[in-house]
Amino acid sequence: MTALLEIRDLRAEIGGRKILNGLDLTVNKGEIHAIMGPNGAGKSTLSYVLAGKPGYEITGGQVLFNGEDLFEMSPDERAAKGVFLAFQYPLEIPGVATLTFLRAALNAQRKKRGEEELSSPDLLKRVRELAKKLGIDPEMLRRPLNVGFSGGEKKRNETLQMALLEPRLCVLDETDSGLDIDALKVVANGVNQLRSAERGMIVITHYQRLLDYIVPDVVHVLAAGRIVETGGKDLALQLEATGYAQYQNEAA
Amino acid sequence: MNAGIAAIKTEAETGLADTYTAARHDLPGGPAVAAARAEAFNIFALGGLPHRRLEAWKYTDLRRLMKDAKPLAGAPDTAALAVAEQAGQWLCDLGARRIVVVNGTFAPALSDLADLEEGLTIRALAQALVADEPLLSADLGTLLPYNEPALALNTAFAGDGVVIEVAAGAEVKRPIHLLFVTAGETAAAIFTRSVAVIGAGASVSLIESHEGPEGSDYQVNAALQVQLGDEARLDHVKIVREGGAALHVGTLLADIGARARFNAFGFIVGGSVVRNQMFVRLAGADTVAEISGVSLLAGRQHADTTLSIEHAAPGSQSRETFKAVVDEAAHAVFQGKIAVRQQAQKTDARMMSRALLLSAEAEVFSKPELEIFADDVQCGHGATTGTLDDQLKFYLMARGIPAKEAEALLIQAFVGEVIDTIAQESLRDALSAATLAWLGERG
Ligand SMILES: Nc1ncnc2c1ncn2[C@@H]1O[C@H](COP(=O)(O)OP(=O)(O)OP(=O)(O)O)[C@@H](O)[C@H]1O
Ligand SMILES: [Mg+2]
Repeated sequence: MTALLEIRDLRAEIGGRKILNGLDLTVNKGEIHAIMGPNGAGKSTLSYVLAGKPGYEITGGQVLFNGEDLFEMSPDERAAKGVFLAFQYPLEIPGVATLTFLRAALNAQRKKRGEEELSSPDLLKRVRELAKKLGIDPEMLRRPLNVGFSGGEKKRNETLQMALLEPRLCVLDETDSGLDIDALKVVANGVNQLRSAERGMIVITHYQRLLDYIVPDVVHVLAAGRIVETGGKDLALQLEATGYAQYQNEAA
Repeated sequence: MNAGIAAIKTEAETGLADTYTAARHDLPGGPAVAAARAEAFNIFALGGLPHRRLEAWKYTDLRRLMKDAKPLAGAPDTAALAVAEQAGQWLCDLGARRIVVVNGTFAPALSDLADLEEGLTIRALAQALVADEPLLSADLGTLLPYNEPALALNTAFAGDGVVIEVAAGAEVKRPIHLLFVTAGETAAAIFTRSVAVIGAGASVSLIESHEGPEGSDYQVNAALQVQLGDEARLDHVKIVREGGAALHVGTLLADIGARARFNAFGFIVGGSVVRNQMFVRLAGADTVAEISGVSLLAGRQHADTTLSIEHAAPGSQSRETFKAVVDEAAHAVFQGKIAVRQQAQKTDARMMSRALLLSAEAEVFSKPELEIFADDVQCGHGATTGTLDDQLKFYLMARGIPAKEAEALLIQAFVGEVIDTIAQESLRDALSAATLAWLGERG
């Protein structure tokens, strides 16, 4: 069976700096992978490279998504195929109402997949339902995207987008950071509802707490641009006690 | 012979002089009007067409840009009237009273002059000129430089236009839409002068649109003279959607009373060379003025917005916000000057111009100026020029929105900020739709 995501020996640079140094990772449908690792290890870089952010130079390796070369696709094509990145730092877009953005995104993806566009009333209904589940004030949907949203509100908004777009691969980059304890449960609940046999997830986090709610199948440690250890969910607990000192040598 | 005529040398300048000599006896007006025209033409003849060595025309060298003088447009024929009847369809949802001027001639048959609100009169400028009303010379000298060449030409040649009077206290509910339509095979020169005199406490909304045939290099010189009384309100929106080869020189002269509200908006989306100049004087105290605009330019378009706002009395507030989106090899110019007279204490004036460059060849020239003689004022200006934010674009694309559509969303957001300040919702919608259409034409 083709893996949902297969990363082989991925190497990437930005501004002449080597950030990813031969990273291997395979995610199958239905699996949740957690990635932990020290600051600056390259976790966000990995997520950006998967989403297709410009500015990175891929100097080696390969990424296959459902067997297709991801690097052959533009960011919007990747999204339409089902790649979704919940940003560590969601951007503010003045002048673009959240709802307008959601409609544009969903319908662009549908169009590209040859599906029918969703009518405005249907979209509004769907978005309202999801917003309610995620504890998002419907008023926020009229405000410009993320502008003036609190850190936690931005993260909820990312989760809302993910729930609406129903991607095949969800990459969550520190979606837990900035969330209060209650919000963490709400967001984790939203993520868990997306768990399915058809969908894979990569959950990047610094805190084992999130993994109590979103229980991963596999936990990886990413240090110095490579996966340096892989284990079960106990690995997260163990890291909580030991920290990343043991991986410093490999980082060197 | 006037010695100043010696300054005339380009083909266009000679052409204008010949046209004036041939037409001056036929242009409407009594002796006073004729004298005003002669004086104005002399002023023009002394300096010739404005060129880049004149500070006010630094970025729009009309002497270079205006290759020749076109013959004055004659009265519109039936074909032109038929075109005009269909014009401005994209603005038909405004519920406005349509007043149509075709090839510079007021067309009452195409205009909606029925059931004028109490206190509102609308008539042809030509009529007023024939009656020798001093409309062309009315006290303009203090509003703008005496020898302003574009207006001088307008004064010399303007044959017709619309005169709108709103009596004191009258509230004109229905917006008035002045459609200036150019039609016809041969490229002509069209000079129009319109006047809006709005009495104390009156209010009115005035939309002014200019359009014409795509391929023709016709020339429009259109001036609007506004007198806004104390506590009166005017919402003015000017839309320049001339044909792609046209030259449009527009002048707005506005004299604003005390405790009045003056909103002016300029939307430039057509024309090959556009100069839209505004001279606004806040003559009365405690007035609020909001002057803004959007230019959407592509190809080799050149659009110059030149604004001079004078705070002449205490306690007024003015906001000037102009945005330009410049694609391909187009040029956008913004010159903005805020002058605060010595007696105009407690003035609060802020000017901002922002340009968004969509191509490496696109260019923007911005020249903000403050001239302040009062000491207790708050004044500021700023100008920015930038490109589309790649990070924002990536964020949109990462959600499945294709590059062009992502850019369109960001550009709409950029100009939407100003369009949203227009009071009338249907007008906001029409301009947003026009923006969308413009974005749709981007390659
Ligand atoms: N534009 C850039 N130019 C040079 N170096 C960069 C650039 N962007 C990121 N880096 C560097 O790449 C490295 C990896 O950054 P990345 O954001 O992927 O780390 P991370 O693992 O997500 O860290 P954190 O846990 O703090 O979020 C860091 O050292 C960072 O400084
Ligand atoms: Mg990170």
